[in-house]
Amino acid sequence: MVKTRSVSAIENGIVIDHIPAGQALKIMRLLHVVNSKQRVTLGLNLRSTSLKLKDLIKIENRLLAPHEMGYVAIFAPEATINRIENFKVSEKINCALPETIRDVLVCPNQNCINHIELKGYFKLEGSPSQVKLRCFYCEKQFERDQVEEICL
Amino acid sequence: MSKVLNRKDIISIRDLSLSEVNDILNFAKKIKVSPPRKYLTEKIIAHCFFEPSTRTRLSFETATLRLGGQVIGFSNIESTSVKKGEDLQDTIKTVSCYADLIIIRHPLEGSARLAAEISDKPIINAGDGANQHPTQALTDLFTLQEARGDLEGLSIALVGDLKYGRTVHSLVQLCALFNMRLFLISPALLSLPKIICDELKHKGIRFSFHSSLDEVISKIDVLYMTRLQQERFAQSEHRLFENQTILTCDKLKKIKTNLNILHPLPRGREIDKAIDETVYALYFKQVSNAICVRQAILVLLLSKS
Repeated sequence: MVKTRSVSAIENGIVIDHIPAGQALKIMRLLHVVNSKQRVTLGLNLRSTSLKLKDLIKIENRLLAPHEMGYVAIFAPEATINRIENFKVSEKINCALPETIRDVLVCPNQNCINHIELKGYFKLEGSPSQVKLRCFYCEKQFERDQVEEICL
Repeated sequence: MSKVLNRKDIISIRDLSLSEVNDILNFAKKIKVSPPRKYLTEKIIAHCFFEPSTRTRLSFETATLRLGGQVIGFSNIESTSVKKGEDLQDTIKTVSCYADLIIIRHPLEGSARLAAEISDKPIINAGDGANQHPTQALTDLFTLQEARGDLEGLSIALVGDLKYGRTVHSLVQLCALFNMRLFLISPALLSLPKIICDELKHKGIRFSFHSSLDEVISKIDVLYMTRLQQERFAQSEHRLFENQTILTCDKLKKIKTNLNILHPLPRGREIDKAIDETVYALYFKQVSNAICVRQAILVLLLSKS
């Protein structure tokens, strides 16, 4: 049986694998690749033995800064980031959950000062499998799926 | 004075340790017994009230003046540049140039925390939306300690608007520090937010929900009444007034003889005025005690600088 790739290989860049299905678009927006000139290959709802369904993102000629890996960890705690050089995996990086996240997510509480004056600032709580975000300002705690990214 | 608070601001009860709470209560007690010297001579305290207030603003002003400090500020936004569209950050940066300490009340949650983040001067949260009102909760606790002595393990019923009442949100966190048993009585739509209940659970605090005060009135040591925060209600929630608990003397037949009734005031119709004359009512003592508690906080925050 011939095994084919669901998503084509890249020469250099990164592959973010094992993203829970449904989270890839949010991660792409947080990494600002949606409107960039970088070539991005996206796989949605791919088969996965561990997750049943997963998303996958390949970004050519791009590395992630530590804070960007933190964004991935919040929305895909089990994800692996593979660094690709000459079509081969040169490094596998497991994401670590950051302690805080600033300026990229907005507090869902409509009565929070966050909505009027500034960008979001959250403290990360809970475990990697059950990430919760507590707004630094209004002190309310949210599930990760309740929190949206700031529209730029 | 032997202690100073090892923090710049008072924003949320969540930030305070039991030891810090005890330091504030003990110092307030000293101030009440023996009026302090003019700790705040040559200090300017800004009172920035973006929302209406009677007791909090006037008690902070009284506390400041009695300590020899001077007061600047505003009691509504009509006469400020907020009306011209100035944001909170610029307002606080500006006031920080004039004052040694800023007291802020604001309708949006998190506003005091934001002020503390951008100002190098101490900030006291005098109420931020439905979030926190730490100095009121400390006043409540001080009054209760004065009446009861030991706070550990008391049974307290919190009645009314537990969803939007910021004093309740601060007070339950203080009650948790003293391992109190909480009875939560409110219409279902105005119950204590889940996030606070989860925190109580996590801390091992015993609490239960009730729809009627009659279910628990014989078991409690303290009855903390609150008004419905109609200014924070959605239009659809106004019908909740129909289910409001109203405390009248006939409800006091089965109480413990040493029950204490507290209320952060202002009240709506939830406490009949006949209750004021009973030995149980402590709410005007709370008003009076607010001065020494706020004096204590001002001194403890400013004595470092």
